Amino acid sequence: MKTLSAALGAACLVFAASLAGAADKPTDPQIAHIAYSAGVIDVEAAKLALTKTQNPDVKAFAESMQKDHEAVNDAALALVKKLGVTPEDNETSQSLAKAAEAKRAELGKLDGAAFDKAYIDNEVAYHQQVNGALETLLIPSAENGELKSLLETGLKLFQGHQQHAEHVAAGLK
Amino acid sequence: MTALLLDRRQLLLGGAALLAIGGPARAEASTVRITVEKLAFVPEEITVRAGDTIEWVNKDPFAHTATVKGGWEVAIPPGKTGTRVAAAGDDIEYYCRFHPNMKGRIVVSA
Repeated sequence: MKTLSAALGAACLVFAASLAGAADKPTDPQIAHIAYSAGVIDVEAAKLALTKTQNPDVKAFAESMQKDHEAVNDAALALVKKLGVTPEDNETSQSLAKAAEAKRAELGKLDGAAFDKAYIDNEVAYHQQVNGALETLLIPSAENGELKSLLETGLKLFQGHQQHAEHVAAGLK
Repeated sequence: MTALLLDRRQLLLGGAALLAIGGPARAEASTVRITVEKLAFVPEEITVRAGDTIEWVNKDPFAHTATVKGGWEVAIPPGKTGTRVAAAGDDIEYYCRFHPNMKGRIVVSA
Protein backbone atom coordinates (compact mmCIF):
# COMPACT_ATOMS: atom_id res chain seq x y z
CA MET A 1 0.00 0.00 0.00
CA LYS A 2 2.88 2.24 0.88
CA THR A 3 4.53 1.66 -2.48
CA LEU A 4 1.25 2.25 -4.28
CA SER A 5 0.72 5.64 -2.64
CA ALA A 6 4.32 6.49 -3.39
CA ALA A 7 3.86 5.54 -7.02
CA LEU A 8 0.65 7.56 -7.28
CA GLY A 9 2.35 10.53 -5.70
CA ALA A 10 5.23 10.23 -8.13
CA ALA A 11 2.86 10.02 -11.07
CA CYS A 12 1.06 13.19 -10.04
CA LEU A 13 4.35 14.95 -9.56
CA VAL A 14 5.43 14.24 -13.12
CA PHE A 15 2.89 16.60 -14.58
CA ALA A 16 3.01 19.10 -11.75
CA ALA A 17 6.82 19.39 -11.71
CA SER A 18 7.51 19.46 -15.42
CA LEU A 19 4.61 21.73 -16.15
CA ALA A 20 5.51 24.09 -13.35
CA GLY A 21 9.00 24.13 -14.86
CA ALA A 22 7.52 25.26 -18.10
CA ALA A 23 5.54 28.13 -16.65
CA ASP A 24 4.65 29.13 -20.20
CA LYS A 25 1.86 27.10 -21.67
CA PRO A 26 2.93 24.35 -24.05
CA THR A 27 2.87 25.03 -27.78
CA ASP A 28 0.82 22.96 -30.23
CA PRO A 29 3.87 20.90 -31.38
CA GLN A 30 4.63 20.16 -27.70
CA ILE A 31 1.02 19.32 -26.90
CA ALA A 32 0.93 16.92 -29.85
CA HIS A 33 4.09 15.25 -28.56
CA ILE A 34 2.78 14.94 -25.00
CA ALA A 35 -0.57 13.49 -26.11
CA TYR A 36 1.09 11.04 -28.48
CA SER A 37 3.64 9.94 -25.85
CA ALA A 38 0.90 9.43 -23.28
CA GLY A 39 -0.88 7.13 -25.76
CA VAL A 40 2.26 5.13 -26.57
CA ILE A 41 2.88 4.58 -22.85
CA ASP A 42 -0.56 3.08 -22.38
CA VAL A 43 -0.19 0.86 -25.45
CA GLU A 44 3.09 -0.47 -24.03
CA ALA A 45 1.44 -1.13 -20.66
CA ALA A 46 -1.38 -2.99 -22.45
CA LYS A 47 1.09 -5.15 -24.37
CA LEU A 48 2.82 -6.08 -21.13
CA ALA A 49 -0.54 -6.92 -19.54
CA LEU A 50 -1.48 -9.14 -22.48
CA THR A 51 1.66 -11.24 -21.96
CA LYS A 52 0.92 -11.60 -18.25
CA THR A 53 -2.75 -11.68 -17.37
CA GLN A 54 -5.00 -14.73 -17.24
CA ASN A 55 -8.02 -12.72 -16.15
CA PRO A 56 -10.60 -12.27 -18.96
CA ASP A 57 -11.74 -8.83 -17.76
CA VAL A 58 -8.18 -7.55 -17.50
CA LYS A 59 -7.41 -9.03 -20.91
CA ALA A 60 -10.45 -7.37 -22.52
CA PHE A 61 -9.49 -4.08 -20.89
CA ALA A 62 -5.89 -4.29 -22.12
CA GLU A 63 -7.02 -5.17 -25.66
CA SER A 64 -9.33 -2.17 -25.64
CA MET A 65 -6.51 0.11 -24.41
CA GLN A 66 -4.16 -1.10 -27.13
CA LYS A 67 -6.71 -0.64 -29.93
CA ASP A 68 -8.15 2.67 -28.73
CA HIS A 69 -4.82 4.37 -28.04
CA GLU A 70 -3.39 3.16 -31.34
CA ALA A 71 -6.47 4.47 -33.16
CA VAL A 72 -6.36 7.88 -31.50
CA ASN A 73 -2.61 8.15 -32.11
CA ASP A 74 -3.16 7.30 -35.79
CA ALA A 75 -5.69 10.15 -35.90
CA ALA A 76 -3.16 12.43 -34.18
CA LEU A 77 -0.43 11.52 -36.68
CA ALA A 78 -2.78 12.16 -39.60
CA LEU A 79 -3.73 15.53 -38.13
CA VAL A 80 -0.17 16.79 -37.51
CA LYS A 81 0.74 15.69 -41.02
CA LYS A 82 -2.22 17.58 -42.44
CA LEU A 83 -1.38 20.67 -40.40
CA GLY A 84 2.31 20.45 -41.22
CA VAL A 85 3.18 20.38 -37.52
CA THR A 86 6.23 18.47 -36.26
CA PRO A 87 5.66 17.17 -32.71
CA GLU A 88 8.32 18.58 -30.42
CA ASP A 89 9.89 16.61 -27.60
CA ASN A 90 9.78 18.41 -24.27
CA GLU A 91 10.27 18.05 -20.52
CA THR A 92 6.76 16.77 -19.86
CA SER A 93 7.01 14.03 -22.51
CA GLN A 94 10.38 13.00 -21.09
CA SER A 95 9.15 12.89 -17.49
CA LEU A 96 6.16 10.83 -18.58
CA ALA A 97 8.40 8.36 -20.41
CA LYS A 98 10.74 8.09 -17.43
CA ALA A 99 7.92 7.47 -14.95
CA ALA A 100 6.37 4.93 -17.31
CA GLU A 101 9.65 3.05 -17.62
CA ALA A 102 9.93 2.77 -13.84
CA LYS A 103 6.32 1.59 -13.60
CA ARG A 104 6.85 -0.98 -16.33
CA ALA A 105 9.88 -2.40 -14.53
CA GLU A 106 7.83 -2.60 -11.33
CA LEU A 107 4.90 -4.34 -13.05
CA GLY A 108 7.27 -6.66 -14.88
CA LYS A 109 8.24 -8.28 -11.58
CA LEU A 110 4.66 -9.15 -10.68
CA ASP A 111 2.49 -12.06 -11.80
CA GLY A 112 -1.03 -13.39 -11.44
CA ALA A 113 -3.55 -11.55 -9.28
CA ALA A 114 -0.85 -9.23 -7.91
CA PHE A 115 -0.01 -8.11 -11.45
CA ASP A 116 -3.67 -7.67 -12.40
CA LYS A 117 -4.36 -5.47 -9.41
CA ALA A 118 -1.21 -3.36 -9.81
CA TYR A 119 -1.80 -2.92 -13.56
CA ILE A 120 -5.46 -1.92 -13.20
CA ASP A 121 -4.81 0.39 -10.24
CA ASN A 122 -2.11 2.09 -12.26
CA GLU A 123 -4.45 2.41 -15.25
CA VAL A 124 -7.00 4.19 -13.06
CA ALA A 125 -4.33 6.53 -11.69
CA TYR A 126 -2.66 7.09 -15.05
CA HIS A 127 -5.87 7.97 -16.90
CA GLN A 128 -6.88 10.22 -14.03
CA GLN A 129 -3.56 12.02 -14.31
CA VAL A 130 -3.69 12.37 -18.11
CA ASN A 131 -7.32 13.53 -17.97
CA GLY A 132 -6.42 16.17 -15.41
CA ALA A 133 -3.62 17.43 -17.66
CA LEU A 134 -5.90 17.46 -20.71
CA GLU A 135 -8.64 19.39 -18.91
CA THR A 136 -6.56 21.96 -17.11
CA LEU A 137 -3.61 22.46 -19.42
CA LEU A 138 -3.45 20.76 -22.80
CA ILE A 139 -6.95 21.56 -24.12
CA PRO A 140 -6.99 25.17 -22.88
CA SER A 141 -3.48 25.74 -24.32
CA ALA A 142 -4.14 24.28 -27.78
CA GLU A 143 -4.27 27.01 -30.42
CA ASN A 144 -5.38 25.00 -33.43
CA GLY A 145 -9.09 24.21 -33.49
CA GLU A 146 -8.68 20.73 -34.96
CA LEU A 147 -6.01 19.80 -32.43
CA LYS A 148 -8.26 21.09 -29.63
CA SER A 149 -11.16 19.05 -30.97
CA LEU A 150 -9.05 15.87 -31.17
CA LEU A 151 -7.87 16.44 -27.60
CA GLU A 152 -11.48 16.87 -26.49
CA THR A 153 -12.42 13.56 -28.11
CA GLY A 154 -9.33 12.07 -26.45
CA LEU A 155 -10.51 13.35 -23.08
CA LYS A 156 -13.92 11.69 -23.50
CA LEU A 157 -12.21 8.48 -24.62
CA PHE A 158 -9.80 8.46 -21.66
CA GLN A 159 -12.56 9.32 -19.19
CA GLY A 160 -14.30 6.23 -20.57
CA HIS A 161 -11.12 4.22 -20.03
CA GLN A 162 -10.85 5.45 -16.47
CA GLN A 163 -14.41 4.31 -15.73
CA HIS A 164 -13.78 0.99 -17.47
CA ALA A 165 -10.63 0.51 -15.34
CA GLU A 166 -12.61 1.38 -12.19
CA HIS A 167 -15.22 -1.25 -13.10
CA VAL A 168 -12.51 -3.86 -13.64
CA ALA A 169 -10.79 -2.85 -10.38
CA ALA A 170 -14.07 -3.27 -8.49
CA GLY A 171 -14.38 -6.78 -9.93
CA LEU A 172 -10.88 -7.73 -8.76
CA LYS A 173 -11.61 -7.05 -5.11
CA MET B 1 -22.48 -19.26 -54.29
CA THR B 2 -25.10 -22.01 -54.19
CA ALA B 3 -24.79 -22.04 -50.45
CA LEU B 4 -25.33 -18.30 -50.39
CA LEU B 5 -28.44 -18.54 -52.52
CA LEU B 6 -29.73 -21.33 -50.39
CA ASP B 7 -29.10 -19.32 -47.24
CA ARG B 8 -30.94 -16.38 -48.65
CA ARG B 9 -33.86 -18.59 -49.63
CA GLN B 10 -33.96 -20.12 -46.21
CA LEU B 11 -33.94 -16.67 -44.69
CA LEU B 12 -36.84 -15.61 -46.87
CA LEU B 13 -38.75 -18.75 -46.03
CA GLY B 14 -37.94 -18.30 -42.37
CA GLY B 15 -39.09 -14.71 -42.51
CA ALA B 16 -42.32 -15.70 -44.21
CA ALA B 17 -42.91 -18.35 -41.57
CA LEU B 18 -42.33 -15.84 -38.80
CA LEU B 19 -44.74 -13.41 -40.40
CA ALA B 20 -47.31 -16.17 -40.73
CA ILE B 21 -46.97 -17.03 -37.05
CA GLY B 22 -46.96 -13.42 -35.94
CA GLY B 23 -50.09 -12.57 -37.86
CA PRO B 24 -50.33 -9.61 -40.22
CA ALA B 25 -47.06 -7.66 -40.23
CA ARG B 26 -47.19 -4.12 -38.94
CA ALA B 27 -46.54 -2.09 -42.04
CA GLU B 28 -44.94 0.71 -40.05
CA ALA B 29 -42.13 -1.43 -38.53
CA SER B 30 -39.11 0.70 -39.25
CA THR B 31 -35.43 1.24 -38.60
CA VAL B 32 -34.35 3.76 -36.02
CA ARG B 33 -30.78 4.90 -36.48
CA ILE B 34 -28.37 6.03 -33.77
CA THR B 35 -25.08 7.58 -34.80
CA VAL B 36 -22.13 6.74 -32.59
CA GLU B 37 -19.61 9.52 -32.95
CA LYS B 38 -16.96 11.11 -30.75
CA LEU B 39 -17.84 8.86 -27.84
CA ALA B 40 -21.55 9.66 -27.83
CA PHE B 41 -24.83 7.99 -28.83
CA VAL B 42 -26.74 10.51 -30.96
CA PRO B 43 -29.59 10.88 -30.25
CA GLU B 44 -29.08 9.81 -26.68
CA GLU B 45 -32.70 8.78 -26.35
CA ILE B 46 -34.82 7.07 -28.99
CA THR B 47 -38.44 5.94 -29.01
CA VAL B 48 -39.26 2.71 -30.83
CA ARG B 49 -42.02 0.17 -31.11
CA ALA B 50 -41.40 -3.51 -30.44
CA GLY B 51 -40.34 -5.04 -33.75
CA ASP B 52 -38.54 -1.94 -35.00
CA THR B 53 -34.88 -2.38 -35.85
CA ILE B 54 -32.43 -0.29 -33.87
CA GLU B 55 -29.29 0.45 -35.84
CA TRP B 56 -26.12 1.87 -34.30
CA VAL B 57 -23.81 3.35 -36.94
CA ASN B 58 -20.28 3.68 -35.57
CA LYS B 59 -18.36 6.58 -37.08
CA ASP B 60 -15.56 6.33 -34.52
CA PRO B 61 -12.32 4.41 -35.09
CA PHE B 62 -13.01 2.74 -31.71
CA ALA B 63 -14.95 -0.42 -30.86
CA HIS B 64 -18.14 0.33 -28.92
CA THR B 65 -21.02 -1.71 -27.53
CA ALA B 66 -24.61 -1.09 -26.57
CA THR B 67 -24.77 -2.99 -23.30
CA VAL B 68 -27.65 -3.41 -20.89
CA LYS B 69 -26.50 -4.18 -17.37
CA GLY B 70 -27.40 -7.80 -16.69
CA GLY B 71 -29.01 -8.02 -20.13
CA TRP B 72 -28.19 -7.99 -23.82
CA GLU B 73 -25.21 -6.57 -25.62
CA VAL B 74 -24.77 -5.44 -29.22
CA ALA B 75 -21.23 -5.14 -30.61
CA ILE B 76 -20.63 -1.99 -32.66
CA PRO B 77 -17.22 -2.43 -34.33
CA PRO B 78 -15.25 0.62 -35.54
CA GLY B 79 -16.70 2.01 -38.77
CA LYS B 80 -19.44 -0.63 -38.76
CA THR B 81 -23.04 -1.06 -37.72
CA GLY B 82 -24.71 -3.05 -34.95
CA THR B 83 -28.42 -3.87 -34.95
CA ARG B 84 -31.10 -5.18 -32.64
CA VAL B 85 -34.80 -5.79 -33.18
CA ALA B 86 -36.50 -4.00 -30.31
CA ALA B 87 -38.41 -6.20 -27.90
CA ALA B 88 -41.32 -5.15 -25.74
CA GLY B 89 -39.08 -5.18 -22.64
CA ASP B 90 -36.45 -2.92 -24.17
CA ASP B 91 -37.53 0.14 -22.22
CA ILE B 92 -34.07 0.58 -20.75
CA GLU B 93 -30.83 2.45 -20.34
CA TYR B 94 -27.70 1.14 -21.98
CA TYR B 95 -24.01 2.03 -22.02
CA CYS B 96 -20.78 1.18 -23.81
CA ARG B 97 -18.86 -1.58 -22.03
CA PHE B 98 -15.52 -0.16 -23.19
CA HIS B 99 -16.40 3.47 -22.40
CA PRO B 100 -19.03 3.44 -19.63
CA ASN B 101 -19.33 7.24 -19.80
CA MET B 102 -21.28 6.71 -23.06
CA LYS B 103 -24.95 6.30 -22.18
CA GLY B 104 -28.16 5.94 -24.13
CA ARG B 105 -31.81 5.26 -23.50
CA ILE B 106 -34.46 3.32 -25.39
CA VAL B 107 -38.13 4.07 -24.84
CA VAL B 108 -40.60 1.51 -26.16
CA SER B 109 -43.93 3.06 -27.02
CA ALA B 110 -47.13 1.02 -27.12
